[in-house]
Amino acid sequence: MKSFDYVAVTKPADAVRLMEPQFRFIAGGTNLVDLMKYEIERPDRLIDISRLPLDRIETTDAGIRIGALARNSDVAADPAITRQFPLLAEALLAGASPQLRNMATMGGNLMQRTRCYYFYDATQPCNKREPGSGCGAIGGFNRIHAILGTSEGAAKTQCIATNPSDMNVALSALDAIVQVTGPKGTRAIPVIDFHRLPGDTPERDTVLEANELITGLDLPKPAIPGKSYYLKVRDRASYAFAVVSVATRLAVENGRIQDVRIALGGVAHKPWRIVEVEKNMVGKAATEETFRAAAQQLVAGAKPHEHNAFKVQLAQSAIVRALQTVATS
Amino acid sequence: MAKKLIGDPIDRIDGDLKVTGRARYSADMKRPDMVYGVLVMSSIGNGRIRSFDTAETLKMPGVLTVMSYGNAPKVAGINKNKPSEVATDRVMSLFQDNKVHYNNQPIAMVIADTFEHAVDGAARVKVTYESQKPKPPLPAGRNNTFTPERLPRYDDQVDTKRGNLKAGLSGASTKVTETYTTPTQTHNALEPHALIAYWEGEKLTMYNATQGVSGVQKRISELFGMPKENVRVIAQFVGGGFGSKGATWSHVMLAPMAAKLVGKPVKLVLMREHMFGMVGWRSSTVQKMVVGTKKDGEFTALSHDTISQTSAFDEFAEPAGTISRMMYASPNMESTHRLIRANIGTPSAMRAPGEAPGVFALESVVDEVAYAINMDPIALRLKNYAETDPHKNLPFSSKSLRECYQQGAERFGWAKRTPEPRSMREGNELIGMGMASSIYPVNRAESTALVRIKPDGKVQVETGTQDIGTGTYTVMTQVAADVLGLSPDDVTLSAGDTRFPESTTSGGSRTTASTGSAVTQAAQAVLKQAKQLAYKDKRSPLFNVAEAEIVAENGRLQTKSDPRQGETFVSLLKRNGSKPLEAKMLSKSADEKDNYSLNAFGSIFAEVRIDEALGRIRVSRMIGTFAAGRILNAKTARSQILGGMIWGVSMALLEDTLIDPRTGRVMNPNLAEYHVPVNADIEEIDGFFIEEKDETVNPAGVKGIGEIGVVGSVSAIANAVYHATGKRIRDLPITLEKVLDYR
Amino acid sequence: MEYTNHKNYIIDGAGRRWFLKQSSALVGMLALPPLIGQAGTAPASSVPPGLPMKRAITLRINRKAYRIEVEPRETLLDVLRERLDLIGSKKGCDHGQCGACTVHIDGRTANACLLLAVMQQDRDITTIEGLAPSPDRLHPLQTAFVEHDGLQCGFCTPGQIMSGVAVLREGHAGSTAQIKEWMSGNICRCGAYSGIVDAIEAVQKGGRQV
Repeated sequence: MKSFDYVAVTKPADAVRLMEPQFRFIAGGTNLVDLMKYEIERPDRLIDISRLPLDRIETTDAGIRIGALARNSDVAADPAITRQFPLLAEALLAGASPQLRNMATMGGNLMQRTRCYYFYDATQPCNKREPGSGCGAIGGFNRIHAILGTSEGAAKTQCIATNPSDMNVALSALDAIVQVTGPKGTRAIPVIDFHRLPGDTPERDTVLEANELITGLDLPKPAIPGKSYYLKVRDRASYAFAVVSVATRLAVENGRIQDVRIALGGVAHKPWRIVEVEKNMVGKAATEETFRAAAQQLVAGAKPHEHNAFKVQLAQSAIVRALQTVATS
Repeated sequence: MAKKLIGDPIDRIDGDLKVTGRARYSADMKRPDMVYGVLVMSSIGNGRIRSFDTAETLKMPGVLTVMSYGNAPKVAGINKNKPSEVATDRVMSLFQDNKVHYNNQPIAMVIADTFEHAVDGAARVKVTYESQKPKPPLPAGRNNTFTPERLPRYDDQVDTKRGNLKAGLSGASTKVTETYTTPTQTHNALEPHALIAYWEGEKLTMYNATQGVSGVQKRISELFGMPKENVRVIAQFVGGGFGSKGATWSHVMLAPMAAKLVGKPVKLVLMREHMFGMVGWRSSTVQKMVVGTKKDGEFTALSHDTISQTSAFDEFAEPAGTISRMMYASPNMESTHRLIRANIGTPSAMRAPGEAPGVFALESVVDEVAYAINMDPIALRLKNYAETDPHKNLPFSSKSLRECYQQGAERFGWAKRTPEPRSMREGNELIGMGMASSIYPVNRAESTALVRIKPDGKVQVETGTQDIGTGTYTVMTQVAADVLGLSPDDVTLSAGDTRFPESTTSGGSRTTASTGSAVTQAAQAVLKQAKQLAYKDKRSPLFNVAEAEIVAENGRLQTKSDPRQGETFVSLLKRNGSKPLEAKMLSKSADEKDNYSLNAFGSIFAEVRIDEALGRIRVSRMIGTFAAGRILNAKTARSQILGGMIWGVSMALLEDTLIDPRTGRVMNPNLAEYHVPVNADIEEIDGFFIEEKDETVNPAGVKGIGEIGVVGSVSAIANAVYHATGKRIRDLPITLEKVLDYR
Repeated sequence: MEYTNHKNYIIDGAGRRWFLKQSSALVGMLALPPLIGQAGTAPASSVPPGLPMKRAITLRINRKAYRIEVEPRETLLDVLRERLDLIGSKKGCDHGQCGACTVHIDGRTANACLLLAVMQQDRDITTIEGLAPSPDRLHPLQTAFVEHDGLQCGFCTPGQIMSGVAVLREGHAGSTAQIKEWMSGNICRCGAYSGIVDAIEAVQKGGRQV
């Protein structure tokens, strides 16, 4: 790990003011320190934001506001969260290990970087880590990679990395909003727009600007209450990244779908949601047939690679299973 | 002291040290003025180093030097650094030339005052290469093989032939021919390879995480061209080895070289990502199996052809076919071993080398035959039960496999299984039950132990073995206490240091058979001395009592007929000058291997639950039943076989070292993406022993239990997966996409 | 066994009052302002790379205060092991993937390999060395690990025990399945899992406060 300067701040404004492109904010550090050890991240200075007063979980009229520095384990155990947004708690508890959840913050989890093997090995080509260097995963090992929304045009921008977070998938299905502060003031970014597809700039995981600080997350009360489920398929029974995961929320009345959200993890550069598919499901019978049709539409246009073709089928089966589980619960 | 000693489930004697964090492993040692080494690894798979640019590194604070080709001390005994006559000696990368044989090969070492400075310095070394295309590992090159010079175990032939395979196959009513493949597996002991090396004049001391202190001592002294006595190797605690710490690898030589170069003690701990290549791994295999059988299940022919891979600069052949030669009574049997060369680090022995992948293939194909002829898998195995070793043509010293099948089936509830694949289901899960045989040969090597009875009645045992987690320290203590009729509390064991009498490497499940026999014999010899002393001592209650009439029990020497007639070691020695009695014994095999086939056997039964829609596979139950001679400590023995069975789960379902054929680089060199089981992966699991009294096998009467747990577990799970799903997975690991329902 | 002692720290046996007694090399470091609250005056420009940027920090570990100078990049694990000779916390992977370095920070488990020491001031850090109530008495879970043979090579054991204590304290030992899930952040390559679970269950059934 290269040498760096360190400064701790107590006010969000100081954090923003001190930020420069070669600096990084650090809170839990579970991903950043790991990346620094592999020389993937090489900041000149760390700005320690871990003691900013941004760790509260508050119930508001509109829903729940979670501070960016709330620990994953605290959020997962919070009674308001488990009562109103159990999907988030389930997804958080499906991720990482108890130790890591104790350390990791909500803001940090939003910023978690891909587990692509080629991103993590500084000797290998990776357009995300080193723009223009190529993509090692295409033609290499790509079992854990994306099948949807990939960037496969010019060699210099190719990227088939996935977002590894479980939490992000749940937040996507919950229509969460990311609260951000920066030199130009604050802004609110719906989480579905927060993470991005690789496009021509796979080095950018999110729309966050370099000197912006995540201050919190808003979970809006759903207009139509329903039930939810987080389904994670992984290679180990615990402590493994998702091969495929599904976060779903479903409201059914008299056998008809009133409202539905389906977000997929492990298949794309961001949690995969198609709002149109969800809208089309409203009013239809909550049956396996409907679920299967929706699943098909969600993975339409999937572009698998040598080792991950199975995800096309697995994602659909997982969607159907998740929706069935909610519908029959 | 009514306690029976042998077999007693006594707690580990090093338990308290380990649970309090006071047990010092090699990387926990400190020396005054110690500096830190960090390796620089190659980033190409094949070629030469053109240049090192170390300017930035050398300017960094705390960096002492960069050791690489050019300034590395010349290795006096470099002629010994080649494929050697000693099967376990590996060719090392010692910075004596600029060749790169594989990706992630050590090519330089940065030495600095702190760990952080050394890590930073290593990252700043710039290397330019002349790069060539690396030769890819299996399955590439499987049509371009060569015959290895030998298999790792001395008495294993490379190829064998018994009877006439062709004739056997033509006499078969059913023939099954299938190919099984296994991936490259990496040991990943939780303790990284580590050592601290320092020189005092000509004398070298190393705290080294090794499975064999004396092996390291020999190899390192030979390479430095110095007397063995000048090298001291200490391994008080070793955080697992599984074979990877059995050979002496490059870093064990590089650290003392660096210590010489900088004139300070050097601590070198490998990074987790460095341990994928330079410290061995289990080779990938391609195994073709052919079985011919009559309608009633009698095998008429069996063949097993293995291809594994070795490095570009050394030779190690995975001996996968050796068990197939002797497991079943097929009159016609052929086996071959072939190799391909690839630009990878040299493979090596990994827990049950050969047996684990080989018995996966064998016990899978036997299961396939059972389905092909519609016969119960246990019945088929009993039909072909080898009453004598058909390969060596020798009787077994003991074999209780039949009892293992029977007791295992009962405990597991095999009778409740409906044989038809896909016939058992609960909710979203298909249920599968599978079984397989397990086996592991008895190995034994020369070992020496010294046992001393001190005037205070306490006993000191000295032997240069090491405890890699198997319970050796505890069991050796028990063995001595048992022979001398004492409580283990009265026995102190000194081990893990070449200062003590030379013992063998802890590998091949041989420690208890080898060192245990040495301790047994030394304790018996010293006991004999005590009896003789009493016999001649007019003041002893045992004066003139014949040796055979004296027993050591309850801390006393006493007559068999009257326990009151006797005395303690303390009183005996006090009257005889208060001098200790001691005996040192070298224990080695006699002719038992010429007259008997020596093996431990077992059965594994596994239940899996598979959610086909999601591909999720759970091993919901596993029962292992083993017959392995005498069990010296029921508690540590059970732990060890359960650990082996968990390795079976791991090999069957999880482990896979991803070597990119384009670069020869391992793409998952970490514990997040190289999967081994976590606690939640292991559901109901239990292991049992069938006690065998085998006086032929060795003086300790033990067969070794370190590896047998792995062997049958892999195929028991694969067979259960077939029973659950109707899908025969012949390619490990059985990951979710292989059982996924694609309808 | 030979190893150097690191005496540049102070011990408050009672664990209540903190006092400092630096070695001469450390005198003067106390004059530095505390790190927290420094933001307002911190320079906004980048510091030239390569400078040794050591900080004097105080860490509260096992009810003792340790005053040391660290580089910001030193992890808590390396400081424990290399600087303070608290070698019970092990380095198995150095990337938060094995759990061998598990310690308690303010009573909760964390992977010390991913924590920067400089960020741990004012936290209560407990390592395996500080778990037992006194040097001659074991914590009940330590005793149970020995009794149920929840270990083989012992390398993952300190981390397992630190996690096991948290599982018991936090109420995650309600069922075997729950224990297995909440112990899954600690890899045991020897495969001592069933003994580990047995040990935790035994302490849970014993009903003692841990």
